[in-house]
Amino acid sequence: MPDAAKPLLSVRNLKTCFFQDEGTTQAVDGASFDVFPGKTLGIVGESGCGKSVTAQSILRIVDRPGRIVEGEIILSRADGSEVDVVKLKANGREIRAIRGGDIGLIFQEPMTSFSPVHTVGTQIMEAVLLHSAVGRKEARLRGIEALRSVGIPKPERRIDEYSFELSGGLRQRAMIAVALASNPRLLIADEPTTALDVTTQAQILDLLRKLQQERGMAIMLITHNLGVVAEMADDVVVMYLGRVVEQGKVDDIFHDPKHPYTKALLQSIPSIDSTPRVKLPTISGSIPHPFNRPTGCPFHPRCESFKPGRCDTEVPLLKPVGEGRTASCFLYQ
Amino acid sequence: MAELVATPEAGGQAEERVAVATQWQLMWWRFRKHKLAVGGTLVLIAFYVVAIFADFFAYADPQESDAQRSLMAPQPIHWIDEGRFRPYVYALKGTRDPLTFKRVYVPDTTRKIPIAFFGRGEPYELLGVIPTDRHFLAVEGASASQSLFLMGTDILGRDLWSRLMYATRTSMTIGLVSVALSLVLGVVLGGVSGYFGGIIDTVIQRIIEILRSIPTIPLWMGLAAALPADWSVVQVYFAITIIISLIGWTELARVVRGRFISLKEEDFVMAAELLGCSKARIIFRHMVPSFISHIIAATTLAIPAIIISETSLSFLGLGLRPPAISWGVLLQDAQNIQALVISPWLLIPAFSVIVAVLAFNFMGDGIRDAADPYL
Amino acid sequence: MISYIVRRLLLAVLTIWAISVLSFMIIHLPPGDYVTSYIASMSASGSAVSEGEATALREQLGLDKPITVQYAKWMGLMLQGNFGMAMEWGRPVSDVIGDRLTLTMVISVAAILFTWALALPIGIYSAVYPYSFLDYVFTFVGFIGLAFPGFLLALIVMYVGFAWFGANVGGLFSPDFIEAPWSIAKMWDLTKHLPIPAVVLGVAGTAQLIRIMRSNLLDELRKPYVMTARARGLSEYRVIMRYPVRVALNPFVSTIGYLLPYIVSGSIIVSLVLSLPTVGPLLLKALIAQDMFLAGTIVLLLGVMTVIGTFISDLLLMWVDPRIRLGRQ
Repeated sequence: MPDAAKPLLSVRNLKTCFFQDEGTTQAVDGASFDVFPGKTLGIVGESGCGKSVTAQSILRIVDRPGRIVEGEIILSRADGSEVDVVKLKANGREIRAIRGGDIGLIFQEPMTSFSPVHTVGTQIMEAVLLHSAVGRKEARLRGIEALRSVGIPKPERRIDEYSFELSGGLRQRAMIAVALASNPRLLIADEPTTALDVTTQAQILDLLRKLQQERGMAIMLITHNLGVVAEMADDVVVMYLGRVVEQGKVDDIFHDPKHPYTKALLQSIPSIDSTPRVKLPTISGSIPHPFNRPTGCPFHPRCESFKPGRCDTEVPLLKPVGEGRTASCFLYQ
Repeated sequence: MAELVATPEAGGQAEERVAVATQWQLMWWRFRKHKLAVGGTLVLIAFYVVAIFADFFAYADPQESDAQRSLMAPQPIHWIDEGRFRPYVYALKGTRDPLTFKRVYVPDTTRKIPIAFFGRGEPYELLGVIPTDRHFLAVEGASASQSLFLMGTDILGRDLWSRLMYATRTSMTIGLVSVALSLVLGVVLGGVSGYFGGIIDTVIQRIIEILRSIPTIPLWMGLAAALPADWSVVQVYFAITIIISLIGWTELARVVRGRFISLKEEDFVMAAELLGCSKARIIFRHMVPSFISHIIAATTLAIPAIIISETSLSFLGLGLRPPAISWGVLLQDAQNIQALVISPWLLIPAFSVIVAVLAFNFMGDGIRDAADPYL
Repeated sequence: MISYIVRRLLLAVLTIWAISVLSFMIIHLPPGDYVTSYIASMSASGSAVSEGEATALREQLGLDKPITVQYAKWMGLMLQGNFGMAMEWGRPVSDVIGDRLTLTMVISVAAILFTWALALPIGIYSAVYPYSFLDYVFTFVGFIGLAFPGFLLALIVMYVGFAWFGANVGGLFSPDFIEAPWSIAKMWDLTKHLPIPAVVLGVAGTAQLIRIMRSNLLDELRKPYVMTARARGLSEYRVIMRYPVRVALNPFVSTIGYLLPYIVSGSIIVSLVLSLPTVGPLLLKALIAQDMFLAGTIVLLLGVMTVIGTFISDLLLMWVDPRIRLGRQ
C-alpha cells in the first residue's frame, strides 16, 4: 500500500539553463512541486514556460546546450530508498534504470516519437528487455499484452507493423504502451492530447485514467489546455517563464485562483455562460523574449495588480496561501 | 552563480538592429562569422586580380622558348644585399654535366641581378587598352626574360612563373563562362520543372537522373576528342566550356527545382495569385528573390568542379591545347613521373588548382550557411 | 515494392539507351567514317584499298544508309556481343578490352568500400560532437580531400613514392602476375595493390559523404524519437546507433547511385597516372588515335556497368528502407 502522504517525486528549486552563443536562457527558474503516488498532477502554462524542460530535467534528458544548474529532484524508489536524480551520473546505469523503469514518458507527437524504420514491436520489446530480466519470447508476449491493455485491437498483428501503418489514435495508444511496458510508477505525459482531435482526445484521457486506476500509477500531465487539467488532475501547478506561480488542489485553483496570472488564464477561457458580444478578456502584453527577462517578478509587466517598487525589484518566492496551496506573489507576502 | 540574465536594455538594442536589417545585411553578418569563408574569398580576389592583370604579374613572354634554358630549377631570391633590403638573384650559367649529359645550372655569384618591384620591363597593354611597361617584378639593367626564373622553366625553356600567371587567367575565367551557361540551363529547366510540376517535371527529372548516372569524364573525353583538330584555340575554349556545362547544369537545376517546389506552397505565393499577379510577375518578383542567395551559393560551389574538369581534360591533352595556357596544360608536362622527379617544380600549378578549389568551396559554404543557416 | 523495382528498371533501360546514343554520336562525330579510318590504317601498314572494295565495305556495314538505320544495325551487333574491330590493334574490341573493364569495376568498388568505411564513422562522430575540435579537423581534412582532384592526388602519391621511396607505386599487379592467368594468388596480389588506387579514388567522395552523413544525422538527432529512446533507458551509444544512425543511413545508401559514376569517371584519369591496366589508358589511346569504334564502345560499356551498379544500389536501398518496401511514399 503506497504511503499516500509521502511524495513519489519531489522537485525542489529546479533551475535549468540553456547556454548558447547568443545568450543564456533560464528555461526553468526555480520550480518546486510534489507528485504523489496514484494521483495526477497537472502542470499548466503557456508555450515556452518551461513545462517540457521540467519534464526532461526529471529524466535528465535535456538536450544540449541545456543543463540543470541547481535544485533537487528526489525520487522515492520501490524499495523505499530515495535518490536525488540531479546528482546521478549523466546517462549512467542508475538514471537509465529509472528511465522507463520507474518513470515513463510520452510525447505530444506520436508519429515522430517512433523510429520510422523499426517496427512498433521492436521498440516495445526493447523497453521490456531493458528493465526486466526476461528472454525475447517472453518480451514479445509482454509487448502484445501491453498493446492489448491500451486497447489496440489484434495486437499480435500490430506488433510487427511500423508506426506509419497505424492511425493517429492507435499510434498514441502504442506510445503509451511503450512507456508503460515496464510498469513505471510515474507516467509523465507531455501534451499527450494536443495533436489529437477532440474525440480521440477523450478516448486517450479515458485510457490514461483507466490505466492509472489499474496500476496505482501517478501521472504528471503537462498541458496548456485548462479543460484537460480540470478533467484529469488532482493537483495543479501553474508555471510562467520557468517559475511556479501557483500550486494547489484542482478545485481550489479553478474556483479560487490566487495568483493574478492564474486568474487571468481562467478568465480568458471562452465559456457558454459568458455574456455574448463582449470582447474575450486576454492577458495584455506578450511573453518576453528569453533574453529579455523582466527584473523582479517575471509576470509584472502584464500584471493588473502590479505594484511599482516591489514587483519589479524583488522576486517573489513560493509561499503558502492556504491549506495545501502555495503562490509566489507579493499580494500575499 | 554568475549573473545569467541579459539586461533588458542591451537585449532590446540588439533586437532592434536585427529587426531592421535587410536580408543582405543579415547574410553579410552571418557570412563574416565564417573565418574560413572570408579567407577563401580573399584568396579568390587575389586569384582574379592576377587573372585580370596577368600581363602585369608576368615578367616574361609565356611562349618564348629557349633550349638553353630548359628545365631550370626555381631561382632562390636573396633578400638582403650587404645589410640592406635589396632583393636579387644570381645570374645562372648553363653547362652540360659531362657524366649525365643533363643540363645543370650553376649560379654565378659574381653577377648579382637586383629585382625591382613595379619596375620596367617589356611593354604591353594593361587591360588591353592602357600601354605601359610596368611589371610587378622586373630586373634592373637586364632583360627579365633572360635572367629571372622564379619558378624555373619547363622542358622548352619557357618561364613557368609567367606561364602560371596566364594559366590562372584562362583557368579562372573558363570556370565563369561555363558556370554561367550551367546557371541559365539550370535555372530555366529547374524552374520550369519545379513551378509547373506534372509531366514536365517528371520528364525533366528523368533527364537529370539519366545525366547524373553517366560517368562524365569518359563522355567529355569522347566529345572533346571529336572536336576537329583544326579549330582555333578560342573555338576549342568555347567548345570545352559548352561541353562541360551541358552536364554540370543538373546540380543547379536540382537546387532551383527544390526551392520552387517548397515555395509554391508558401502562403505569400497564394496571396500574390489571389491579387491577380501574372505568373511571370509571381516568379520573378516574389519567388526568385527569396532563393537568390541559394542560387548564388550553389553556383559558387559548382565552379570548383568545372575548374577540375577543365584541368583534367587539358591534362589528358583532350581539352585546351597549346599554345593555349591553362593549369591543365601546364600539368601535362608533369605526366611523366621520371621527368617529374628530376624537375618537381613542374607540379606547382597543381597547388594553384587545389588552392582555388578550396577557396571556392569555403566561400560557397559560407554563402550557403549565411543564406539559410537551417539548411 | 514491385512498382519501385519496375520504375528503377525502366529508368536503367532508358539511361542505357541514352548512353548508347551518346556513344554512337562519339563514334560518328569526327569527320570521315569507319571505312575512311580503315583505309588510312591499311595504307599506313602498306596495303591499299581500292575504290570498289571501299564501296563494298560501306554497303556491308550499312554506312551508306541513313544514320538511324546505322544506329539500329550497330545496336543489333552490340546486343549480340559483336563490338567491332579496334582499328589500331587490328583485333576485335572485346579482345582488346579484355580484363580491363572488370578491373575498372574492381577498383571502383574498392574505392566505394573505402569511402564508406571512412565516411560512416567520421560522419557519425561529427554529428554527435558538432563543433568539437575533431569535428573541425575532420571538416578541414574533408575539404582538402574535396579540393584534390583524384589525378592530382595520384600524381603527388606517385611523386612521393618515386622520389622518397624509389618505388613505383602504380600498377595493379607485381611484374610476375601481369600476364599470368587468373588464380587465387593473382587475386591476392591484386588485393595487395588495391589500397593506393582505392584511397586516391575515394578521397574526394569521402569528403562529400561525410558532409551528407553529418548533416542528415544532425537533422535526425533533433527528432523526438531520439529523446523517446533515451527516455526508455537505452544507453547513449545504443540510442544513437540504433535509431538516428539507422534512419540517416538511408540517404547515405542512396548516394551510391551517384557515387559510382563519379568514381568510375575519376578512375579513368587516375588509372592513367598510376598506370593501372584498366579501361582509362585504353580509352585515351583510342581517342588520340581517333579509333572511335574502340572509344565509343568503351564509353558505352562503362556507362552500362555504371547503370547496373546504380540499379543494384537501388535494390540495396529498398532492402534497407522499410518505407520503400511497403510502398509508402
